[in-house]
Amino acid sequence: MRFYEYEAKAVLAKRGVPVARGGVAHSPDEAERIAREVGGEVVLKSQVLTGGRMKAGGVQFASTPEEARAHADAILRLEINGQSPRGVLVEAKSPVKKEFYAGVIYDAVAKLPVAIFSDMGGIDIEQVAEEHPEHVARAHFSTFQPFQEFRMKELVASLGVSGNELGALTRVMSKLAQTFLAHGLTLAEINPLAQLEDGSFIALDSHLDMEDEARDGQAALLAELGIGKEETRQARPPTPFEIRGAEVDASDHRGVAGRVVEFDGNLGCVIGAGGGSLTIFDALRKHGGRPANYCEIGGNPSVKKACGLTKLILSKPGVEKICVIMNVVSNTRVDIVARGVIKGVVESGYDPAEKIAIFRIPGSWEDEGFKILEKYGVDYCDRTVPMSEAARRAVEKVKAGA
Amino acid sequence: MSILIDEDTTFIIQGITGREAVNMARECLDYGSKLVGGVTPGRGGRDVHGVPVFDTVKEITSKQRVDASVISVPPAFVRDAAFEAVENGIKLVVIVTERIPRLEVAQLIEFARRHGARVIGPNCLGVLSPGKSRVGGMGGAAVAARRAYQPGPIGIMSRSGGMTTEIANALTAAGLGQSTAVSIGGDAIVGSAYAELLPLFEADPDTKAIVVYSEPGGPMEAQLAKYVKERGTRLPIVAFMAGRFMDEMPGMRFGHAGTIVEGKADTTSEKIARLLDAGISVAEEIADIPGIVKQRLGEVKG
Amino acid sequence: MATHEGSGMFIRVEVGEPLASDAESAKRLAGICPVDIFAAAPEGVGIVDENLDECILCGLCLAVGPAGAVRIIKLYDNNAPLEA
Repeated sequence: MRFYEYEAKAVLAKRGVPVARGGVAHSPDEAERIAREVGGEVVLKSQVLTGGRMKAGGVQFASTPEEARAHADAILRLEINGQSPRGVLVEAKSPVKKEFYAGVIYDAVAKLPVAIFSDMGGIDIEQVAEEHPEHVARAHFSTFQPFQEFRMKELVASLGVSGNELGALTRVMSKLAQTFLAHGLTLAEINPLAQLEDGSFIALDSHLDMEDEARDGQAALLAELGIGKEETRQARPPTPFEIRGAEVDASDHRGVAGRVVEFDGNLGCVIGAGGGSLTIFDALRKHGGRPANYCEIGGNPSVKKACGLTKLILSKPGVEKICVIMNVVSNTRVDIVARGVIKGVVESGYDPAEKIAIFRIPGSWEDEGFKILEKYGVDYCDRTVPMSEAARRAVEKVKAGA
Repeated sequence: MSILIDEDTTFIIQGITGREAVNMARECLDYGSKLVGGVTPGRGGRDVHGVPVFDTVKEITSKQRVDASVISVPPAFVRDAAFEAVENGIKLVVIVTERIPRLEVAQLIEFARRHGARVIGPNCLGVLSPGKSRVGGMGGAAVAARRAYQPGPIGIMSRSGGMTTEIANALTAAGLGQSTAVSIGGDAIVGSAYAELLPLFEADPDTKAIVVYSEPGGPMEAQLAKYVKERGTRLPIVAFMAGRFMDEMPGMRFGHAGTIVEGKADTTSEKIARLLDAGISVAEEIADIPGIVKQRLGEVKG
Repeated sequence: MATHEGSGMFIRVEVGEPLASDAESAKRLAGICPVDIFAAAPEGVGIVDENLDECILCGLCLAVGPAGAVRIIKLYDNNAPLEA
């Protein structure tokens, strides 16, 4: 979950990282009031969860409160990469002398957090790392307290920083790293980290990401920022179909039958589990199929849950048939999934023999499952038929319209 | 031979009285694994399918050798369970639980590393060495596991537990048995990545080739390619890459927690290029894997 | 007799007398079934129709009474009864 810039700055400020004076406005009136309070020149920044704000016209400067009001009016109406802004951040314009970069992420190879520092701020760090590797330094640090500030000192000093700047930058890096640890973040970035004309440092822009797994433990912070449980902030907002899929999955605790992602196709997919779904989805597309959805079933879902998922998928306009494919299952039961899917098809008013293009789930309780499939005349196959071949047969059937 | 576990491996299950763990205990016993005890705080003195349950790990390790522990407790309790296992001298910790905060995963791995212990998972199904032992639930019921997994020369490393069995099944059907199959876990950070397990397989004279199941997201495939390119390996490696459709869908998480395309390096096309460049074969389909393995084994012999 | 038998789409359950009217047996059945097909009532065994198709064929209920007292019938398999 990505935080808006104004939220990220609130988190940083609370932990002692200096930020510019100002606040977030939701109307031109409010922007004018904040600009007046701040005094002098201000910068107005659209609050969207996407890059490219400057280019799109989402960042403007104003010398007077009246000008700030006019810019805020325009920015609040401006969509950037399909997103309407959450608000407009109004901040004192800072006289910048030099820009740095400060970031913290996890390094999955070292299995530790890594702090990244650069004396070339304001541009994408990946680009700096590629074009000017000598201007990027990295330092891993322990996940256990107490925090070892000297590691951040070594990091900053490794790029030749000394004097007063070394102490100031070490403190900012340390605070950023500790914010990362304290709040279950997976990315904490200050870019640019600006040195002002007077020598002090402030966070001019910031990007913080919190993983979903950390949200329960960070309830207090999220409440403080006004971020509710329903606000998922995925790459794109969930569709009504996907929300109903999540409801099916949450309807009882037994297994998984949901995690639905909507696509624009005619072949409904009842597929699983994590890795199996990816493999089957690729196979369907490779054979020219047009999946109507991605989903995951696994962990031995109940009949009710498999039934609910099937009904949901069949309710989607344009779905002609469904395919039911999984890898060789261990704890999920073939007969239970077969019951759920057939029940879902029948309760939707269709004939399972006609609506289910192929059923390929081998594994535990398959003998019992195959009896059920035979009774309803469903075309099924066992473990001797590869997943991809099952996918191909399903695609052919939909194409033939039979 | 095998890696990580063998017929003498003794292990416990932390959280043994949970719904899934009770089942796993039964399946491990049926497979012939040496499951010597379980731990659930407050349930000491009971038994699960004849396996004694204790309140603490220490009660078991103080009396007998314990080589491994399978952790199957709710996410909030995993880190401490891992600390408890490692502090009590257990050197192999297999974590089944998913949805553990990444910081806690990093902490327990860092702690295990300082104590010379190895972590497999989180979010994995464990380790299986056909005909010898199984530590975790991979393969399901013993009869099903025996059907999919047969002893032989192929090592498997997989980010998906379910697909580990699918691949083993394809290999078995083609007459290629397995030395050890490791479900390494689907999280962004796992205790043992491909490149860390490869040396163990290299040291196992009975392993003649490796099959790898991989996905978008994370640096694990690049790390393996780099390792093989720099150090070389006697083992032919055949990889399968799932989730090719995700290359067009940056920022969307599918399947496992670690499966997300955040940058170019996370895409399947980039990963496939790196694997191929290191001399690792990449199969288009699961069904193609046995043929490619046989071909690569033929080259080694020839 | 409606409380002592029930049919889903795949599974039919029958509980015969005198077990069906025995409150103690009803309690045991309700406690033992992992998918809550049985409910305990003062007048005997109740069947929860919406859970019938969740039956996992574990057979634990068959052992509650004498042989044949509880019958689990697989409607998809020519009405074959589940063997204890």
